[in-house]
Amino acid sequence: MIEKPEKAGRVRGGVRLEHRKNTCFTKTSVMPPPAAVTIPMKQHIGSPCTPAVKKGDRVKVGTLVGVSAGTVCSPIYSSVSGTVAGITETRCPDGTRVTAVKIESDGLMEAEKTSPPEITGPEDFIEAVKRSGLVGLGGAGFPSHIKLTPVKGKPIDTLIVNCAECEPYITADHRECIEDSWDVFNGIYTVKKFVGAKNAYIAVENNKPDVIKVLLQIASDASRDPENRVRVTELKSVYPQGAEKMLVKAVTGRKIPLGGLPSDVGVLVMNVTTVAFISRYLKTGEPLTSRRVTVDGGAVERPQNVMVPIGTSVEDVLRFTGLRSEPVKIIMGGPMMGTALPDASFPVTKTTNAILAFNEEEAKKTRTTACIHCGKCVKNCPMGLMPLYLAQASDAGDVKELERLSVNACMECGTCVYNCPAGRHLVQAIRVGKRLLREEKAKKGETAK
Amino acid sequence: MSMLKVSSSPNQVSGVTTRRIMLTVIAALCPSLIAAAVLFGYRAVILTGVTVFSCVAFEFLFRKLLHRENTVGDLSAVVTGLLLAFNLPSTLPYWMAVIGAFAAIVVTKEFFGGIGQNFANPAIVGRIVLMLSFTTAMTNFAEPFSAGADAVASATPLAAEEGTYSLTELFLGLHGGTMGEVCSAAILLGGIILAATGTIAVSIPISYIGSYFLLSLVAGQDAVYMTLSGGLLLGAVFMATDYVTSPVTLKGRIIFGIGCGVLTFVIRTFGAMSEGVSFAILIMNLLVPLIERYTRTKPFGSGTVREVRAG
Repeated sequence: MIEKPEKAGRVRGGVRLEHRKNTCFTKTSVMPPPAAVTIPMKQHIGSPCTPAVKKGDRVKVGTLVGVSAGTVCSPIYSSVSGTVAGITETRCPDGTRVTAVKIESDGLMEAEKTSPPEITGPEDFIEAVKRSGLVGLGGAGFPSHIKLTPVKGKPIDTLIVNCAECEPYITADHRECIEDSWDVFNGIYTVKKFVGAKNAYIAVENNKPDVIKVLLQIASDASRDPENRVRVTELKSVYPQGAEKMLVKAVTGRKIPLGGLPSDVGVLVMNVTTVAFISRYLKTGEPLTSRRVTVDGGAVERPQNVMVPIGTSVEDVLRFTGLRSEPVKIIMGGPMMGTALPDASFPVTKTTNAILAFNEEEAKKTRTTACIHCGKCVKNCPMGLMPLYLAQASDAGDVKELERLSVNACMECGTCVYNCPAGRHLVQAIRVGKRLLREEKAKKGETAK
Repeated sequence: MSMLKVSSSPNQVSGVTTRRIMLTVIAALCPSLIAAAVLFGYRAVILTGVTVFSCVAFEFLFRKLLHRENTVGDLSAVVTGLLLAFNLPSTLPYWMAVIGAFAAIVVTKEFFGGIGQNFANPAIVGRIVLMLSFTTAMTNFAEPFSAGADAVASATPLAAEEGTYSLTELFLGLHGGTMGEVCSAAILLGGIILAATGTIAVSIPISYIGSYFLLSLVAGQDAVYMTLSGGLLLGAVFMATDYVTSPVTLKGRIIFGIGCGVLTFVIRTFGAMSEGVSFAILIMNLLVPLIERYTRTKPFGSGTVREVRAG
């Protein structure tokens, strides 16, 4: 018998968005290797890698091209076979510049020989995850082996696998669950075993009934999941449900303290594609060299999910899916939290879950008028902040007030801006506010010395 | 590929604008406008036209004079004009109404920076200025269906002895009073429109009307009669809920509403005036910054935080 999904609790605020999951029923296509890839040496949170190859080197798919001695770091592998054209520099969507390895593809996609990693205990497991080059594939980009490393005094009892995918358009995780359902489950069993979690949940928003059905079929099948160890939790579709703090609250009822992490309440949250990748890596030993990217938006001719070799330029990806019209705005990531790119030359990285090419109509901006104090931003802030006063304090450069209003608790989900009838740039002001506070603290730190 | 548009995230918005909100408010005010036209005749319509036109004109001219962006398009001046008209007796000379519009738009709103910056509800200040300047004209209420400026003067339910009017008469507006306040049914219909569209927070009208009702009940008054009389409903539904001059938090809104209710009761019961809604809302408008200071929202997870302070 197929069990019913567990119902999740409610979270504060948020907003119901039009889902626009146009690509959720289209099978993922694999794009042919591009002529060249530019692989940035920083695709994760932490210290950047240094190139491990030099100009003229022959590389295959899976050849190590970026390494680092740091702990909070993740190695980087070649995504195509071919020749290293040079060590260059590339821009990141956040505006910074980073070293990159440019590889000219020979079009053969010849792969390095790999073998499954040998694992005898949790240490081997974490080491293997580190070697795989895995980072949070949901978009955060935090190195997965750090997340899996136990923190003293903070045992994990619950694993939550995040398949909320609450941003409009994006269906990369959706397709992962449908196309690689077994990898998802095997990954969950593995992670659960090594972190010692008692409970495991897959949290899915109810706008993906097909995902819930497929996952439940496996989870309820006694022959396949004899210990019934994984529960499927149905979330109400509210943005930003997929945010860590909201998700933990909805699934377990636990509140992560301000400025804290899920581990503070005994929870480990991992993205569903990340978990599925672990299972694949343990089976094959093939490191992370490509990823599923949702390509959508009014300017795209054939919206779909594409397996893209990491380092492929946005331009090449859009050439593969075709363009209906010249894009007016291109967003890397979802429409709510993604970054608008100044041009299409940026490479796809480990954290790129979507490329949205918007037409004139979709890129239209609302006019900014005076704040009318309507309180919609306060009412809907999932973090319980007061965006209108944060923006005011930021504009005034009032660092004390920014701190009093907990500016750093803002996760920049954009719910306030979405609802603002005056079209005010609240998130932008809050980002500036965070920087002001950081600078002020740095100044104080200097004078204290 | 040509240069692309960039902006800070989010790259998607709901499309709800100030103008659209004001349009909803105007729609919600329509039942009361129709009721006023039916009860007080053509003069009610012309007087409303005068206040709306002068409010819009004052805003347009003032901003032109100061070389500021024209904000007439947001329609907030239209709402102010309508609300001001609803606070006037249908017999009021037109030139007085223009003075009221001046006090509302120029003095209360534009002197302080225009939309979003006014410390008090413009229509309420307009009404109070007229009330204090032209008390006789402002309390010369026409009998419904008598039409025209030389109509028979009629007492408002609050000035009249309790029980002068039946509850049905109060509900339908068959009594003297300002143009918008008399017909409770129309106001409630407007309130339902505002609540159903999510335009106003129902917390303010509920806490305002609720606290007033309870107080008059405790004081041994005819609570239903008192609640349906005077400008209470109009004030609670349309005036106290003005975004700019009410708090943004739920807690703040409840405190604000209760404050309005208590003050209205105190003024009506102990004051020399028979009406207290305008002054109650005005006083609470002034207290909004203070209320907000003490009703800040608590960030998610702040209750469970272990305070770690350096040094």
